[in-house]
Amino acid sequence: MNRRVELKNHQREIYYFRLRLVLSLIFVLVMLFLLLTRFVYLQAIRHSHYQTLAENNRISIVPIVPNRGLILDRNGVVLAHNYSGYTLEITPSKVNDMEAVIDELAKLVDIQPKDRKRFKKLLVESKNFESLPIRSRLSDEEVARFAAQRYRFPGIEIKARLFREYPFHEQTSHLIGYIGRINESEIQQLENTEDAANYRGSDYIGKTGVEQSYENELHGTTGIEQVEVDAGARGVRVLSRTPPVSGNSLVLTLDAKLQEVAEKSFGNYRGALIAIDPNNGEILAFVSKPGYDPNLFIDGIDEQSWSELNDSPDVPLNNRALRGQYPPGSTIKPFMALAALYYNKRTPSYTISDPGYYTLPGSSHQYRDWKKGGHGSVDLFKSIVVSCDTYYYGLATELGIDNIHSFLSQFGFGKKTGIDMEGEVSGLVPSQEWKQKRYNQKWYAGDTVSVGIGQGYNLVTPLQLAYFTATLANDGVAYHPHLVREIKSSKTGESTSLGTEPEFDLNLNREHLALVKRAMVAVTQPGGTAAQAGAGAPYEIAGKTGTAQVIGMKQGEKYIESQVLERHRDHAWFIAFAPAQQPRIALTVLVENGGHGSSTAAPIARKVLDYYLLGKIPKPLPVVDEAGVEND
Amino acid sequence: MIRRRLWQRFILHLDPILMAELGLLMLISLIVLYSASDGNWGRVGGQLTNMLVAFCVLWLMANMPLHYLMRTALPVYVLGVVLLIAVALFGEISHGARRWLDIGMTTIQPSELLKIAVPLMMAWYFEKHEATLTLKNYFIATLLLLVPVFLIARQPDLGTTMLIAASGFYVLFLAGLSWRVMLALLIAALASAPMLWSVLHDYQRQRIRTLIDPMQDALGHGYHTIQATIAMGSGGIFGKGYLNGTQSHLDFLPERTTDFIFAVYSEEFGLFGNLILLGLYLMVIVRGFVITANASTYFTRLMAGSITLTFFTYTFVNMGMVSGILPVVGVPLPLISYGGTSLVTLMMGFGILMSIHTHQKLVKT
Repeated sequence: MNRRVELKNHQREIYYFRLRLVLSLIFVLVMLFLLLTRFVYLQAIRHSHYQTLAENNRISIVPIVPNRGLILDRNGVVLAHNYSGYTLEITPSKVNDMEAVIDELAKLVDIQPKDRKRFKKLLVESKNFESLPIRSRLSDEEVARFAAQRYRFPGIEIKARLFREYPFHEQTSHLIGYIGRINESEIQQLENTEDAANYRGSDYIGKTGVEQSYENELHGTTGIEQVEVDAGARGVRVLSRTPPVSGNSLVLTLDAKLQEVAEKSFGNYRGALIAIDPNNGEILAFVSKPGYDPNLFIDGIDEQSWSELNDSPDVPLNNRALRGQYPPGSTIKPFMALAALYYNKRTPSYTISDPGYYTLPGSSHQYRDWKKGGHGSVDLFKSIVVSCDTYYYGLATELGIDNIHSFLSQFGFGKKTGIDMEGEVSGLVPSQEWKQKRYNQKWYAGDTVSVGIGQGYNLVTPLQLAYFTATLANDGVAYHPHLVREIKSSKTGESTSLGTEPEFDLNLNREHLALVKRAMVAVTQPGGTAAQAGAGAPYEIAGKTGTAQVIGMKQGEKYIESQVLERHRDHAWFIAFAPAQQPRIALTVLVENGGHGSSTAAPIARKVLDYYLLGKIPKPLPVVDEAGVEND
Repeated sequence: MIRRRLWQRFILHLDPILMAELGLLMLISLIVLYSASDGNWGRVGGQLTNMLVAFCVLWLMANMPLHYLMRTALPVYVLGVVLLIAVALFGEISHGARRWLDIGMTTIQPSELLKIAVPLMMAWYFEKHEATLTLKNYFIATLLLLVPVFLIARQPDLGTTMLIAASGFYVLFLAGLSWRVMLALLIAALASAPMLWSVLHDYQRQRIRTLIDPMQDALGHGYHTIQATIAMGSGGIFGKGYLNGTQSHLDFLPERTTDFIFAVYSEEFGLFGNLILLGLYLMVIVRGFVITANASTYFTRLMAGSITLTFFTYTFVNMGMVSGILPVVGVPLPLISYGGTSLVTLMMGFGILMSIHTHQKLVKT
């Protein structure tokens, strides 16, 4: 009985067991089917989606930054070039404790406080995932030291790249300008242009000077590499490659040696010098003193150097040649003389008797000549040679402001020259209309009087004045002043010369021109205001001195140079072209607070002319500054 | 003649069908490992050695008479639990979990032993009380399961905990636990889920959260899942071809020779390959069920059933995890993933399965 029950139970048990086993199998099949559904979903239904994801994972488009074009002077001297070197770069998003990491790095690589400051500034300006340089131009030894310890520094790497370098440092700073890291506003500007794609991967852009104005030529075309990457974003294999095209090189009109001579001739003076070939508008020298070292700006300038430059009373960052506006002073006289001849207000033989001052009809106000007691009997020729103010007071008054404005405007006064550099200012040639607009005042006769000698409302930049001088030298045929002569294509190696078509012809009377030019030659000869500077020159120099007042003199007050603060001294001008008959060079020199044009500006011009025309390198120039300390 | 006899003796307790199926899976393992390790023969050789060791274990288990096996149930179980307690007290911490025990020569992971010891113990216990099974016996068997499960859960080791809990549950289920009790347990489990959530470690919770939305932590915890699904999905129907998986060869797939090897296989052989693999696993499971169905004693039925179902659980959990429908728990793909320990444990199970099948055949004849 007992046994039977047990057997019965046993069979029931087997039955139930097998039932549960079948249920288990069904469970297994259902679950495996569930898996299969998931597989079908992933691999058949969503296949293309995941394929794209895998491709994106795998392929990374890497822009290859092109080499920036070189900048050469007219004789092939390199003014801006690239050299390869190493930077130490940090990707901020991969570093937790930046300070600690930099401290650690400093044990391997020399990191100065100014490097840290510069880096912090970069950090604020940039996006988190970019890698930013903390040190550039690592020495081989530093590279080796870091490489050995690299594993300790995730997110930090050494990158080989090309560095921009300006071998002439300060000497070419204001004309070459510099490149620097692309900032936020430049990114936004680029976004709106067709160039946006071309700047993917570029860290640098031209900021000032030729680097800026010829950015499109210099930058080149960015290449593209399709790289298969692994999960660490390291490139494993290049799938396809469109090589970058290097930027085109620029051949400047500049003569580097001349630039050097000009720059050095200034000694410690501040000022500007522009030399132009009057036959085609090529700028041979472009000096703005003081300059600055453009190399400092490339990777972001450190705070200390920046404040030194920015807070200096000499404002070295100001491009005086391009953006400095000064009254032309007596340098305007040759142009005034041409205007008077043009409008028949003066004949060559018309002579005045100069008592040393000028009074407007019906007024007792005396407009003084620079020479007490006057120049005696003065005709047009002499008025230029001795720079007679009285002559031009009357001349201007008779010409009237409308004629003056119209004639000078034709020359280009009050207009930008259109030089191939950004940031130019236009100067000012006053008119009745202008004064009404600007000051809401009518034009007074007295205003015209001071305009006659280049004071008052007149303003020119050194560049403008050089351009006018060149036009004058070239008998009224003007050429656009420009800095770039040729663009050398990096692709074909061919050079494209930039056109030197005349801009306009003033159609001036030959005799008038000859007279004014002759007078200007006499300026540099015994009896002229720049006789000293012209002494012994084996070629004829046509020149004109000028003085731009910095502070106004009260009626009856005497200007005594030694008693005026250095910064309040007059600016000295000198314009010249030579050889006078067949001018090959026209130039303008401005010496800030240099006093009289004859004493400071003209000698500088002479040195530049001597070098350019005779190949004469000025004697080591122990330039003596105001304090009598020798400088080089 | 002698050689032939020796051979026959050698294969006497081996189940040819199961052997063929296991052999095929292990062959696939070597093929995929070669690709997953970027052509590193060292890995393949290492796994081959593991396989040989595991086969020896299988052969020994297959040849061990069942009453010996039953006799080991209690001591092995006790030893396992003692070792687990020792781990809890003196274990080595690695990757934030206390799982290993240093026994001088080497470190061992006692939880692995429990994968066999727990169902063995429970099956033995049910066999012993077969005649007079009451609810009390189920309760005691459940306790036998919960003690090691609790110890392993607090190591913590979510994957092993789940597998052992499952193997124990299969024994209970096959032993005839009434549906009503199971329903009650299910309700209790669901009710305690919020409490369980609060007991979980932060990283475990994170894994479950990640399962729901892998993108919320794409480079952290979700990374494994995202990259694995990309690998599978981009494989498509026919796969990218052997050795051509970009996800795996370019290092996007983590742990691709061990827990995530299925993604490598799936990327290179596609849906088609998955079907074949699923088919192979199903065949192993079906063979296990056949052996279970034919097992003659209570003990062997429970043991064989539990081993088979646990094997399935391994497979499902791993594939589910790789394809992104289960949270990431450290469960290797049985017989395919690189690693000796799990392979030995699995083969030990299959050895027992074969022993169950062949020894009773002998008894019958």
